[in-house]
Amino acid sequence: MAAEREPPPLGDAKPTDFEELEDGEDLFTSTVSTLESSPSSPEPASLPAEDVSTNSNGPKPAEVVLDDDREDLFAEATEEVSLDSPEREPILSSEPSPAVTPVTPTTLIAPRIESKSMSAPVIFDRSREEIEEEANGDVFDIEIGVSDPEKVGDGMNAYMAYRVTTKTSLSMFSKSEFSVKRRFSDFLGLHSKLASKYLHVGYIVPPAPEKSIVGMTKVKVGKEDSSSTEFVEKRRAALERYLQRTVKHPTLLQDPDLRQFLESSELPRAVNTQALSGAGILRMVNKAADAVNKMTIKMNESDAWFEEKQQQFENLDQQLRKLHASVEALVCHRKELSANTAAFAKSAAMLGNSEDHTALSRALSQLAEVEEKIDQLHQEQAFADFYMFSELLSDYIRLIAAVKEIEEWEAKVQQGERDFEQISKTIRKEVGRFEKERVKDFKTVIIKYLESLVQTQQQLIKYWEAFLPEAKAIA
Amino acid sequence: VRACAGPRLGAAMMEGLDDGPDFLSEEDRGLKAINVDLQSDAALQVDISDALSERDKVKFTVHTKSSLPNFKQNEFSVVRQHEEFIWLHDSFVENEDYAGYIIPPAPPRPDFDASREKLQKLGEGEGSMTKEEFTKMKQELEAEYLAIFKKTVAMHEVFLCRVAAHPILRKDLNFHVFLEYNQDLSVRGKNKKEKLEDFFKNMVKSADGVIVSGVKDVDDFFEHERTFLLEYHNRVKDASAKSDRMTRSHKSAADDYNRIGSSLYALGTQDSTDICKFFLKVSELFDKTRKIEARVSADEDLKLSDLLKYYLRESQAAKDLLYRRSRSLVDYENANKALDKARAKNKDVLQAETSQQLCCQKFEKISESAKQELIDFKTRRVAAFRKNLVELAELELKHAKGNLQLLQNCLAVLNGDT
Repeated sequence: MAAEREPPPLGDAKPTDFEELEDGEDLFTSTVSTLESSPSSPEPASLPAEDVSTNSNGPKPAEVVLDDDREDLFAEATEEVSLDSPEREPILSSEPSPAVTPVTPTTLIAPRIESKSMSAPVIFDRSREEIEEEANGDVFDIEIGVSDPEKVGDGMNAYMAYRVTTKTSLSMFSKSEFSVKRRFSDFLGLHSKLASKYLHVGYIVPPAPEKSIVGMTKVKVGKEDSSSTEFVEKRRAALERYLQRTVKHPTLLQDPDLRQFLESSELPRAVNTQALSGAGILRMVNKAADAVNKMTIKMNESDAWFEEKQQQFENLDQQLRKLHASVEALVCHRKELSANTAAFAKSAAMLGNSEDHTALSRALSQLAEVEEKIDQLHQEQAFADFYMFSELLSDYIRLIAAVKEIEEWEAKVQQGERDFEQISKTIRKEVGRFEKERVKDFKTVIIKYLESLVQTQQQLIKYWEAFLPEAKAIA
Repeated sequence: VRACAGPRLGAAMMEGLDDGPDFLSEEDRGLKAINVDLQSDAALQVDISDALSERDKVKFTVHTKSSLPNFKQNEFSVVRQHEEFIWLHDSFVENEDYAGYIIPPAPPRPDFDASREKLQKLGEGEGSMTKEEFTKMKQELEAEYLAIFKKTVAMHEVFLCRVAAHPILRKDLNFHVFLEYNQDLSVRGKNKKEKLEDFFKNMVKSADGVIVSGVKDVDDFFEHERTFLLEYHNRVKDASAKSDRMTRSHKSAADDYNRIGSSLYALGTQDSTDICKFFLKVSELFDKTRKIEARVSADEDLKLSDLLKYYLRESQAAKDLLYRRSRSLVDYENANKALDKARAKNKDVLQAETSQQLCCQKFEKISESAKQELIDFKTRRVAAFRKNLVELAELELKHAKGNLQLLQNCLAVLNGDT
C-alpha cells in the first residue's frame, strides 16, 4: 500500500489549486462524479450517493469510514481526472452519508469502483501527506483552543457557550484562523456523529466529556461560587482536550462534520445528544445486521492478537485506575496542606504580634509571610497536579473503555471475511496509533508536570533564602 | 551536645529493624536544641544513653557524670520509666521552696498507640497488596515508629538536662535519688483518687487564677509579664496545633507520592512499549522525591511543631510561677490585714507579726527569683526560636535544593530519551 502513497499527478494541478475548494465540498465526490465520465473507469456503475452497492458483502453499516485503502483507490482513480470539473455539489452534509463497504486493495485496482461516495472528505496531496500515519504523523498543523466560557440565557434554559478557536495552515479550511461559539451539546452532537460513523469500523473515537447535571445546574441558576467556576473551568479544559485529541486523529480530521463544527458559525442544534457509546452503536449495527444475510465470523490468527491486546488493555486500565486514584488523593492532600499552611501562617502572625522581643516578633511575622506564600504555591501545585495529571488519566481511562468496546464489538460482528479482515486491520492500525499517541501524551504531560514541580521547588528556595537572614537577625 | 546512642526497639514489633533509615537528620539531636544554654557542665552532666521500647512501656537508661561530692561515684547509670519522671516533676511542684522557680515542664507520656495501630493494620492487610508495596509501607511505618521513639527519648532527656542546669534544682535530693538509686523507685502512677485530687486542685487553681489575676500588680514588671504570658500562651497553643496539622498534611502528601511511585512502577513493568523505561524512571523519581518530602515534613515537625509544643509547656510553667507568686501576695496581704486586726485588738500580736514576716519573706523571695526566672525564660525562648528557625530555614533550603536537583536530573534524562 505504501506504493500508492505517491501523490497522483493530478493534471498539473498543484495543491494550491485546491484552495479554491469551498468548505464542505468534497473534492472526492466531485472526482467521483467525473469518474463516471472517465473512460478509464468503465463501470463505476452508478455512483450516486445513495446507492449502496449490492455487491457489498455485508450489512449496510450506517456510516462509512475512509481509510487508506480507499484513499488509494482514488489515487488511482483520480489519475485521469481534471479537477476543474464544474460539478461540485457538496454531497456532504450532516446527514449520515451512505455506506461504503471498505474493500480490500485488490478490488481497488480494477477501477470497478464498487465503493460509493464517501462522507469522507477531500483527498489531495497535501492532506494525504499530512495524514501519513506510519510516518511521523505529528505535524498536523492545527491548533484548537476552547476559551471564554459565557453564560447565555437565564434560569434552567441557560447554557454555557464556549469559544472554539482554530489556528491552522491546512488548506482544507478556508481560513487560517477562525473561531466559533459552541455549547456543550454541540460537542456531544459532534461526538455522536463521529462515533456513529467511525466506531464500528474500528476507529478509536475520542470520548466526549461527560455530562454533569449537578454541575451544570449550579451554573444555570447562577450560583457564583468557586465550585461552579471550577466546574466550568474543568469542563472547558476537558472540551479543549477532547477537540485536540479528535483533530490529532488523521481520519477524523478529514471528517466534514468535524470541519463544520470548527468552522460554521451556525450549527444545527444537536437534538439527540445522548453521546452514542460503543454499546449504542453495537445495538444499532446489530439490528441492521439482522436484516441482511448473516455470515459466520471467520476465526483467524488475528484473534490471538486481539486477545492479547485485550488482555493488555485490561491490565493497563486497571493500573491507570489505580494511578488515577493515587493522584486524586495527592490533589486532596495538597489542598489540605494548603489550607493548613494558611491557618498556620495566620497563627504565626498572631504569635509574632504577642511576642515582646522585637527581633523575634519580626522574624515570626516574616515566617508567617513565608508560609502564606508557600500556601499559594501549594494551591498552584494542587491545580497543576489535578489538571495536568489527573484529568489526563481519567481521559485515558475512558479512552481505553472506548477501545475495549470496539474490541468487544469486533468479536461479535457478523460480517464477511473480507470486511472482517479490513476492520481488524483498521483496528490494529488504530491500536498502534493509540499506543503511540498514548506514549507521547503521557510523556508530554508527565514532563510538564515535573517541570511544574521544578518551579515550585525554585520558588520555595527563594522564599526560604529570603527568610534565613531574618531568622539569623534575631538577637 | 551528645546524641542518644541507638535506641533499641522491642523485639515484638521490629524484627529486622536496625537503627533504621536515617530518618532524622543529624542536626536535630534531640530537643536539647530547644534549650540552648544547657551547656555541658563538668559538675553535673545527665543524658539518656539508651532506651528500650516494650509492649506498653519505655525503659530509659539515665546516665550521669558528675564531680559533685553528693554522689558515690563519678559516673553511673540507672533505668527509669516515664512515671518516675513524673514523680520527680511533681515533687518539685509540690515543694514550697521552689515556688519561685519555673519548674521545667514534665515530658509527655510516650504514645505509640497510633503507630502501633497502623503497623497492626498493615499486618492485617498484607494479603491485599503487592510485596513491594507492603515492604515500602512497612519501612515507612517503622521509620515513623522510630521517629516517635527518638522524640520521646529526647523530651525526657531535655527535662533532666533542664533540672541539671538549674542552680537550685540540681541540688534537689529527690533528683539525686532519681539519678543514682539503682532500684525501682516504686512510684506507681497516680491512682484514681489522686488523679481526682489533682483535678480539683487544678480547678481551684484556675478559679483562683481568675480572682488573682484580676488584681493589678503594683510591680510593672510582673504586670507586664502576666498580660504577656496569658496572651502568649494561648497563641502558642494555637500555633502549635496548626503547625501539627500542617506537618501532618505534608506527610500525607508525601505518602501519596509513594503510592504514585508504586503505580508507575507497576505500569512500567507490565508495559511492553518503550514507555516502560519512562515509567520506571519517573517511578524512581517519585520514590526519591517522596523521601525528601518526608524529611521536610519530619524536619518541620521537629524544628517548628516541637518547638512550639515545648514553649507551650514552658509558658504554662511560667504562668504557674506567676500564679504562685500571686497566691503568696494574697497571703501576704491577708497576713497584713490579720496583723492590723491583731494590733487593734491587741491580741496574738506576736503570732500575727511572725506570720506576717514569714509571708513577706516568702513573697519577696518568690518575687526576686521569679523575676530572674522570667528574664531567663525570655532569653532562653528567644535563643531557642532563633536556633530552630534558622535551622528550619536551612533544612528547608537543603531539601528544596535536593528536590530541585533530583527533578532536573530526571527531566534531563527523560528529555534526552525522547
